[in-house]
Amino acid sequence: MKLQEFRSKEILARHGIPTLPGEIATTPAAARAAAERLGVPVVVKAQVLAGGRGKAGGVKLAADPAEAEARAAEILELRIAGAPVHTVLVTPSVVIAHEYYLAVILDRAARAVTVIASAEGGIDIEDVAQTDPAAVLRLPLHPLIGLQPHNVRAVSFFLAIPEAHRATFATTLTGLVEAFVQTDAELAEINPLALTSDGLVALDAKMVLDDSGLARHPDLEQLRDPAEEEPAEAAAREAGISYIKLEGTIGCMVNGAGLAMATMDLVKLAGGEPANFLDIGGGARHERVAAAFRIILADPNVRAVLINIFGGITRGDEVAQGIVEARAGLERQVPMVVRIVGTNADEAAFILESADLQTAYTLDEAAAMAVAAATAGEGR
Amino acid sequence: MSILVDGDTRLLIQGITGREGQFHGQAMLNFGTQVVAGVTPGKGGQETFNGRVPIFDTVAEAVGRTGANTSVIYVPAAFAPDAIFEAASSGIGLIFCITEGIPALDMLRVYHVLRAQGVRLIGPNCPGATTPGEAKVGIIPGNIHRRGRVGLVSRSGTLTYEVVEALTDEGIGQSTCVGIGGDPIVGTSFIEILTLFEADPLTDAVVLIGEIGGDEEERAAEHIAKTMSKPVAAFVAGRTAPPGRRMGHAGAIISGGTGTAESKRTALRDAGVRVADSPLQIPALLREAGVA
Repeated sequence: MKLQEFRSKEILARHGIPTLPGEIATTPAAARAAAERLGVPVVVKAQVLAGGRGKAGGVKLAADPAEAEARAAEILELRIAGAPVHTVLVTPSVVIAHEYYLAVILDRAARAVTVIASAEGGIDIEDVAQTDPAAVLRLPLHPLIGLQPHNVRAVSFFLAIPEAHRATFATTLTGLVEAFVQTDAELAEINPLALTSDGLVALDAKMVLDDSGLARHPDLEQLRDPAEEEPAEAAAREAGISYIKLEGTIGCMVNGAGLAMATMDLVKLAGGEPANFLDIGGGARHERVAAAFRIILADPNVRAVLINIFGGITRGDEVAQGIVEARAGLERQVPMVVRIVGTNADEAAFILESADLQTAYTLDEAAAMAVAAATAGEGR
Repeated sequence: MSILVDGDTRLLIQGITGREGQFHGQAMLNFGTQVVAGVTPGKGGQETFNGRVPIFDTVAEAVGRTGANTSVIYVPAAFAPDAIFEAASSGIGLIFCITEGIPALDMLRVYHVLRAQGVRLIGPNCPGATTPGEAKVGIIPGNIHRRGRVGLVSRSGTLTYEVVEALTDEGIGQSTCVGIGGDPIVGTSFIEILTLFEADPLTDAVVLIGEIGGDEEERAAEHIAKTMSKPVAAFVAGRTAPPGRRMGHAGAIISGGTGTAESKRTALRDAGVRVADSPLQIPALLREAGVA
């Protein structure tokens, strides 16, 4: 789960990391009031989970409260990477002497919690890593003892933190690792960590939490932003379905993440475009199949549905029953191609044939039939 | 005898009285796996599967009484790391963890502790392993296999089944099929399984099934180019996956332009691997490589 900048900063501040005061506003008037309270100049920043916020015009400077209101009005009209902006953060503008990059990530290749640091902050760290790899430090932490004082010194000297700010830097790095571990994060990033006349301060922050860890952090689950989520994706999550909306016309219903990706790939290879990624999960019963259908068909772009089930834990007849039931209750009818193999495939075939549904034997065949059906539908 | 599991595997099921433990325990028995014990704390002294399998309170007791040497774990995510530690400290040398949803930071600790103990962990969030005609550990459907000489290693469960079925339909049998799991931190890597297959006299060729995310496939490609004499065919899922979105598996995400299906396919091709566009092309690619 990705967290908004202001929420990430709240977590970092709780771990002793210096941040600036800030207020959240959902209307231009509220942004104006916030600027009045905080003192000007201020920066008005769109709170969206997508990257590229600055380039999209989502971060603006305002010299006085009236300007803060005007800038907030502009930003709240924006869509950034497709997502509408509902909230802005109003925060004091500061003079920056230097910008550092500091992050803690879970490095799967090193199998370690790893500190990433660069004295070239403020820009995309991946670009720095590409053009000047020596400018980026990757420091894997010991898996059992974690961050040690010598690690902090190593990062501090690598970044050439001025002596007067080394103590604050140590607090910041220690707090960042602590915040990462205690929230079960995948990423805790400060970019930039800025050196200002008041010392080091985290000007922007980003945290991504491990969804598997949320079960033991009910307080963090509360921070999920429903307004930021595609409504269909939220509905899917609640039904135990893994769903991502895409731009194509062929809805896909598959069991298993790897097979779901492969099915999308084959649709593309057959000349079509997948409308979604959808994994109904292991052992799905007919109710979940029906829920998956509703989610797929709620997308008006869908012209055909491809159902690909390889039953292991999942029973083919359960899915077939779910398809037949769900189809009967649907307002919108689209062509469907069904492939069910594995556990109870014979029983599934009987149910599907009785309901007069188009079936396929192989994956390639199913993809080709679905693409043909979607194309025919467009011609009508 | 093949890699990981065979007729001599003496399997212990942790979480044997749960829904998954019962369903898949029966399926493993039906396949012919020697299921010698189960563990459910508090149910020690009972038996299951019509008196065929004794249940113990602790893994240590089960190992002492039955000589179990391999464990498969079906306990919920909140208890799975502890179950892995218990198995590792009770003399079990090979552990399969089927459970999904274990927090990555827990897995990090599990990974390093098991390495230090010299215990092999497959998974978590994996479908297990099957050696046709000998043993099956995990949740892979048993009836899709055919005994033979092609090894298969995969990060994805159902995609494994898909490829196994394609092989069997084309008359190509399997030596061992292993799912290593789709999480960011798993106990055993592609490279380790490839090394086992390369050394296995009963395996002539290998199929690798990868997906977007991480750089396991790229590392595997490098390893194949340097060390493998046996032909390898591969499929990589996720060519259509958009960047920045997680495709179901915790490990399947393209971040910052790395971990794309194309970069993995290119790396594998450059290493001399035959790369399929569809899982159904795998049998033909193996034939090309000389697999009978």
